[in-house]
Amino acid sequence: MSATAPARRVLLGNQAVARGAYEAGVTVAAGYPGTPSTEILEALARYEGVYVEWSSNEKVALDVALGASLGGARALAAMKHVGVNVAADTLLSAAYTGVGAGLVVVSADDPGMHSSQNEQDNRLYARFAGIPLLEPADSAEAKAFTAAAFELSEAYDTPVLLRTTTRISHGSGVVEIGERRRPARRGFRRDPAKYVMLPAHARARHPILLDRLDRLAEEANTSPLNAVELRDPRIGVITSGIAAQYVRDALPEASVLRLGFSFPPPLRCIRDFAAAVDRLFVVEELEPIVEDALRAAGLRVEGKAYFPRTGELTPDLVREGFVRAGVLTAAASPPVPAVRAMPRPPVLCPGCPHTVPFMALRQLGAAVAGDIGCYTLAALPPLAAIDTTLAMGSSIGMAIGLARSGAPGGPVVAALGDSTFLHSGMSALLDAVYNRTPITVLILDNGTTAMTGGQPHPATGRTIRGDEATRTDLVALCRALGVEWIRVVDPYDIGATHRALEAAVAYPGVSVVITNRPCVEAPVKIRRPPFTVAGEACNACQACMAMGCPALLWTDESYEGRFKVSIDPALCSGCAICPQLCPTGAIVMSPREPAPRGRDGASADA
Amino acid sequence: MPSTHSVLVVGVGGQGVVLAGNILADVALAAGFDVKKSEVHGMSKRGGIVFSHVRYGAAVHSPLIGGGEADALVALEWAEGLRWRSYLRPDGVFVSGTAQIVPPAAHLDHRRWARAYPAFDRAVLADHRGPVHTVDALGVARNAGSASLTNTVLLGVLAVYLEFPHDVWEETIVRHVPARTAEMNVRAFREGLALGRAPMKLEPARSAPMKSAPARRPAAEVEITAAWCKGCDICVRVCPEHCLRLNDRAIAEVADAAACTGCRLCEYLCPDFAVTVRRRTAAAPAGTP
Repeated sequence: MSATAPARRVLLGNQAVARGAYEAGVTVAAGYPGTPSTEILEALARYEGVYVEWSSNEKVALDVALGASLGGARALAAMKHVGVNVAADTLLSAAYTGVGAGLVVVSADDPGMHSSQNEQDNRLYARFAGIPLLEPADSAEAKAFTAAAFELSEAYDTPVLLRTTTRISHGSGVVEIGERRRPARRGFRRDPAKYVMLPAHARARHPILLDRLDRLAEEANTSPLNAVELRDPRIGVITSGIAAQYVRDALPEASVLRLGFSFPPPLRCIRDFAAAVDRLFVVEELEPIVEDALRAAGLRVEGKAYFPRTGELTPDLVREGFVRAGVLTAAASPPVPAVRAMPRPPVLCPGCPHTVPFMALRQLGAAVAGDIGCYTLAALPPLAAIDTTLAMGSSIGMAIGLARSGAPGGPVVAALGDSTFLHSGMSALLDAVYNRTPITVLILDNGTTAMTGGQPHPATGRTIRGDEATRTDLVALCRALGVEWIRVVDPYDIGATHRALEAAVAYPGVSVVITNRPCVEAPVKIRRPPFTVAGEACNACQACMAMGCPALLWTDESYEGRFKVSIDPALCSGCAICPQLCPTGAIVMSPREPAPRGRDGASADA
Repeated sequence: MPSTHSVLVVGVGGQGVVLAGNILADVALAAGFDVKKSEVHGMSKRGGIVFSHVRYGAAVHSPLIGGGEADALVALEWAEGLRWRSYLRPDGVFVSGTAQIVPPAAHLDHRRWARAYPAFDRAVLADHRGPVHTVDALGVARNAGSASLTNTVLLGVLAVYLEFPHDVWEETIVRHVPARTAEMNVRAFREGLALGRAPMKLEPARSAPMKSAPARRPAAEVEITAAWCKGCDICVRVCPEHCLRLNDRAIAEVADAAACTGCRLCEYLCPDFAVTVRRRTAAAPAGTP
């Protein structure tokens, strides 16, 4: 950010968190990419004076941030909600040790699961760990609350959980840009009784944690982050995060208590508010956490009876909830005709190097344990080649269990990307080798963390700032883990990919196949001259359509009752996979285009 | 007009929806408004649905637009405009490019050959009470220098209906795009303005209306002469519909007869002439939508 930047800017919530941390003098920031958290570290990496790293996983990230905090530097760890599960081991004990300089853990939750495998409500982690919870409701608050979180962390010697949701992280709003506070270097103070969690030390720390929570509750009662807006005394709404914005639009006249500092719950503040209104509602996304806390405190509240516990809230859902509660009258439903829903699920890109390996796995009839990444999309038709997907790095361990269950008649394959393998897959590969479980592991190495937009990782050879880094050699790594059968294959070569996977599943021990084509979208777009379909040669067999490539479309012409195929030249990446599938040789280089270098893509046989 | 204005920009991953939303938000900010914007990044980028809610006014609360509340809907792709239309006020401004991006999922029905995509037909908007602009933004963008200017063209159409000064629009656009494309972006924006000011007329679709199904439906039976089959697996592997399998004696057999489209790849490629595809030419009506 240059000094001439305007004082008010429209920032993403994630950029605002980064700005808030920067202005608060954050010195170390770590995380692992995950939607919707990714832009926090990407934005921080653009500032000078902050050490920012993509860690190999979220637990490492939190360890790095905690270490920096103990070393006296303000530190931040950012991750998506399920990433906090990975880091939870550190988080729950960091609540015992406390911090050195301020430590803020950002959890970017994904209600509605726009890009996630579950919609767990990470506000529960605050209660679980016993640490304070801040919930900004827009970009301006995201920046202000991040700065407040550092102050709170240092004042109470505790990590602070800053929880956003997709609508905060990927929402934008106007933010006032301020100056960076000079980071105070406190230095590392040795204190084994506080920082070495031997059982004897930890036993002493637990009561300290509970006492701290009592003091934090008192702080929350008077905190300006909890805003009481007394208007109409008949209706009072307690709400937090994005839901507060929907409530404000739905009931502009109602009294509202917006909880920005929601754990420990500011019960005195809440009781005062409850006493000032006739009817008390809680509107919160996902779990009834505040609602349950209020009930436990003996307050009469209404909440999940009217507002859903699953998915995202929306302005419409909040309004409908208040209609059911008898607070609002139903608006005349909009007279817009409903359109027949057209499916448009996300798809693998044209030229995606993940396509062919999954076609081969389907041919092999393998039980395929998938993982988290773009390639999860290979579970959808027409590839339909993934049987399980759960959590980062789970594929290999699940494949081991599937193989040990004796259930699958055919081969068992774990399929995961390079970044996921390095995140948490490699420890499971070690397990397969150690216990001699005969599975095949397919590492889809595209050189990047593609799903989240192309972030570098330890096998990319670059840091988050683009500086050169040591590049982990996946083959050498697998060999060091004890794998004896490793083959690297070009996933654009259909025959070679099929043969490699066939040989791998036939091998009686642990086998690893690594594909070696880079992502076609990141870090650079890879485009070769597009192919075209010689319409008269196409017999509409649909062999190419089995790829699910977005560049392949039905034309209006048909052959024996089946649609012929054409290629959208604007989308075709020239990867030369579909010509290998075409039995009639109908897919050819576009005329007038120079031949792509280094590859004969026109062979018709797979 | 309500105190908060709402514009919904929609399209398909890669079309520049998010950039269009960013530009509009900054234009509103430059005009002195509070502004909020909401979109979703991540998985939806992979050819999926992309949207950007932009709201501006004296003080904006929700970043999301409620159903039937958008003052304007800008669709970079035809079918996405229809998908999100219920967010538009009955008298709101409907601006849509005529570009049609048919997703792979629309090509999966190999039995009825029904294309799951709404063919371009401006008549479906006939009952809309507000202004309707269906423009060949892609064609205009190409003429202005690049297909990737589609979003800027449509912002130009939108700008006719918003109160922001056009020089603020142009300055903001230039700030958001790569310097080498600044000039052509301004050109595209002005082309859009002209289209927005021109009387609305029925624009022809970019392509002819798509047929929903071929006239004759395939119907075929695969016969395998087991005595001639040596279990080479070729037919099993080439079948695009995964109709065939090897049985426990390694002889090819039909696993899913109903999925056969009669493409004959198995028959053509069997080295032992063990596969015969018999077509049953049933003259079925095409009327599947």
